Amino acid sequence: MKNRADKNNDNRNIAVISYSLMIIFVLLIAYIVIFLAGDNMELLNNPYNKAQEIFSEYTRRGSILSADGEVIAETVTDDEGNEIRKYPYNNMFAHAAGHFDNGKTGLEAQYNVYMLNSGINPVVSALNELKGEKNPGDNLVTTLNTAIQKAAYDALGSHRGAVIAMEPESGEILCMVSKPDFNPNTIKSNWDDLIEDDNNESALLNRATQGLYPPGSTFKLLTLLEYMRENPGYNDFSFSCKGSVSADGYKINCYNKKHHGNEDLKDAFASSCNSAFATIGMGLNKKQFRNLCSSFLFNEELPVNYAYKGSTFSFNKNFTTGEVMQTAIGQGKTLISPLHNAIIISAVANGGYIVTPHIADKMVNSSGRTVKTFSYKNGETVIAPEEISFLKECLLEVTEKGTGHALSGQDYTVYGKTGTAQFDSGEESHAWYIGYAELNGKKIAVSIIVERAGTGSDYAVPVAKKIFDAYY
Amino acid sequence: MNTIVKLCGYIIVIIFALYTFFCFTVFRGKNKERSEKIYRRQRVCIFLISAVAHAVLYLMDYDFMIIILFALQMIAFFIAVHMYQIFYKGLSKLVLNNMFMLLMIGIFMLERINMEYAVKQSAIVLAGLIFCIFIPVIIKKISFLDRLGWQYAILGIILLAVVFLFAEEKNGAKNWIIIKGIAFQPSEFVKILFVFFIAAVLTKKSSFKRVVAASLFAAAHVLILVIEKDLGGALIYFITYLILLTAVTGNVLYLLAGLSGGSAAAVIAYKLFTHVQTRVSAWRDPWSIIDSGGLQVAQSLFAIATGGWFGMGLGRGLPGKIPIVESDFIFAAISEELGGVFAICILLVYISCFIMFVNISIKIKKPFYKFTALGLGIQFIFQVFLGVGGVTKFIPSTGVTLPLISYGGSSVLSTLILFSIIQGIYVLNGSSGEVKEAENEESGG
Repeated sequence: MKNRADKNNDNRNIAVISYSLMIIFVLLIAYIVIFLAGDNMELLNNPYNKAQEIFSEYTRRGSILSADGEVIAETVTDDEGNEIRKYPYNNMFAHAAGHFDNGKTGLEAQYNVYMLNSGINPVVSALNELKGEKNPGDNLVTTLNTAIQKAAYDALGSHRGAVIAMEPESGEILCMVSKPDFNPNTIKSNWDDLIEDDNNESALLNRATQGLYPPGSTFKLLTLLEYMRENPGYNDFSFSCKGSVSADGYKINCYNKKHHGNEDLKDAFASSCNSAFATIGMGLNKKQFRNLCSSFLFNEELPVNYAYKGSTFSFNKNFTTGEVMQTAIGQGKTLISPLHNAIIISAVANGGYIVTPHIADKMVNSSGRTVKTFSYKNGETVIAPEEISFLKECLLEVTEKGTGHALSGQDYTVYGKTGTAQFDSGEESHAWYIGYAELNGKKIAVSIIVERAGTGSDYAVPVAKKIFDAYY
Repeated sequence: MNTIVKLCGYIIVIIFALYTFFCFTVFRGKNKERSEKIYRRQRVCIFLISAVAHAVLYLMDYDFMIIILFALQMIAFFIAVHMYQIFYKGLSKLVLNNMFMLLMIGIFMLERINMEYAVKQSAIVLAGLIFCIFIPVIIKKISFLDRLGWQYAILGIILLAVVFLFAEEKNGAKNWIIIKGIAFQPSEFVKILFVFFIAAVLTKKSSFKRVVAASLFAAAHVLILVIEKDLGGALIYFITYLILLTAVTGNVLYLLAGLSGGSAAAVIAYKLFTHVQTRVSAWRDPWSIIDSGGLQVAQSLFAIATGGWFGMGLGRGLPGKIPIVESDFIFAAISEELGGVFAICILLVYISCFIMFVNISIKIKKPFYKFTALGLGIQFIFQVFLGVGGVTKFIPSTGVTLPLISYGGSSVLSTLILFSIIQGIYVLNGSSGEVKEAENEESGG
């Protein structure tokens, strides 16, 4: 009898243990179901995932469209039945959209699988397959605006440089230009020239996101903000400019050694007075300034999902007085991309938060129905409202009385800062302009660099004006 | 052409889903005739899936070999099913069907990945089936199976140690022996001895002293496997021992002590061995180390994601891009081409096997055979868990094969033997005089 009881016990143990084991299988299957039900587009789009090539056998690649409905890139079939990628605007969107041949870049690479996915009616899709026809891929709708893109592209002319314009509140990029550029239609035949790059043009480099430049006087915006934070009585600031300032054997000149005379903080900012800001720089708390700059994403990741180069900033106790003064006026070791500068000026425009600049808006199927909307989350607030109102006064002063005067007297109000960044003695300076325009609550922020041109007010401000005029 | 492939893909998924559905509904109602009908339908499903799959493979590159292989497979299938029913009177027909279903899936996937592997695998399966027909006879003849005990462990440890001394390294683990050009993995067979050992030693008496001694022997097995870098093998041995020990003694304390000891050992192994660290970091985030160890898991996830629910269609995926896709990562290739639904059905068929194994274990009276069946069942299902869990990034990949599906002679052979031993034990103990004896005893008492 004892034996029998044992057996019942055994069987109970066996049942309990087996069913417990089943729990891990329930979890495993649930995990697989959740994985499959989730959005795996990122996985499919990973450059290591070779499956993308299979999709193109069954789907005709979708187009890239501008926000105003124009075709930026499309796939057409030539007389011999080969599919080719066409770019109706030739060079104009080369960097914003990327290229398809010779290794995909830009949107072509990033949204590759989305454009190879067909979100049409499954019945139609099945019928197409039956007929042996490719399904039409979904189209990528961007935030780019052809009129603004054209204005920026023409305004930059034959200069090297980059332009970004975006809505500072949403982060929708309205135009992105980088020059020198290339024609994505003929990139195959021009490839060797582009790679050899005899004239050091780096035409394949998207300067708007990957070009790093000294920020020059555009950086004074952050020096100013740091000064305000360390000196609550900043309204009482006064400085007497004699065209230059010297300390510990180092000398900083104002532009053209101009004497700006007696000035308050707003005047010094509007006239971009190097002497005043170098002096301010010497009094700043190094650690606090470093913290401010990292909150503005220097030495940090930018909140974007495409290729860019990160900005660098250093300011420490080993710096010589000369380096301290240089850093405060945006020279020194600091480097920034036009994209990053656009984020900074947008923070002033949008009430203080770090915006997420983006180009991809949504995917629509071939009959225009939205199949996926890309959503973006904005970052932290880095400027307080009371700080913004003073910064805006200063930026407005630049337009009214300072280096951005060419933008005054328009229907729209412009807040901005010029910069003239020296990068090599004996070469012309890079011309910078960052700013935003406002009219009836509609805002547009720009970040412009014109390489080796001259002053910001002479070369970058006119580009800004053409963009603002095209927008309003 | 594409349409046909895609359509065939759907047909395969639907038939397999139906097959799986039968696995879980066959026992509703005690009507024997109804069950028989369902088993016959399942075998029709096996035939249809294999036929459709081979048709697609043939259309892909018109290789006549495919038709020959299909014909041979169907003949072998037909004969084997009948032979099994003769030699294993009263066997579990569900387990039998499942075994052939999984074998067929494995072979047509191998035909699609690499014809040479498929031919080799078919030959081994055929030889294995012929051998396994005689397993019930062997079990019956060797009446001293349950009288041995420590001998199993000593033999097992010697075999594993010999492997360690003469082994070749393959896919990162040093557990292969190559004799006359044929590579095999003795640990796949020692694991069956290992279950015999635990069942024999612990069912006789389970005093604390005996448990300690058995644990030391078990630990020796696991340790050798760890040194051979066969992580999956080590884990399977460890878990099998632990669960079987708990089941035999009914003492949960052993399970808790074992699990905490095992966790501590895992932490030490992680600290000591770089290959363990690589596996863990590839599990945590394969994307950031895609060039240094994460590629396999990443590619596997790409494949599963690409396949979606219904797959790209047989022959339309890119299984070639996953390293060792034919063995450890075949689940990913199946998911890519036949889809997630099919892959989940495979898991359910495995589970159906395990449930049957547990039922068999429960029905058997003799403790040695009872726990041998349970131990083998646990070994089997835990290997499935490690395999599928590793490929889907549910757990770190430990490099184990998918029973009956993955390419690998030792693996498929040992699984065939495992299935046959359980079936053999079932037919010998389920219908032999022993059952009647026990019933008499009960009614007498």
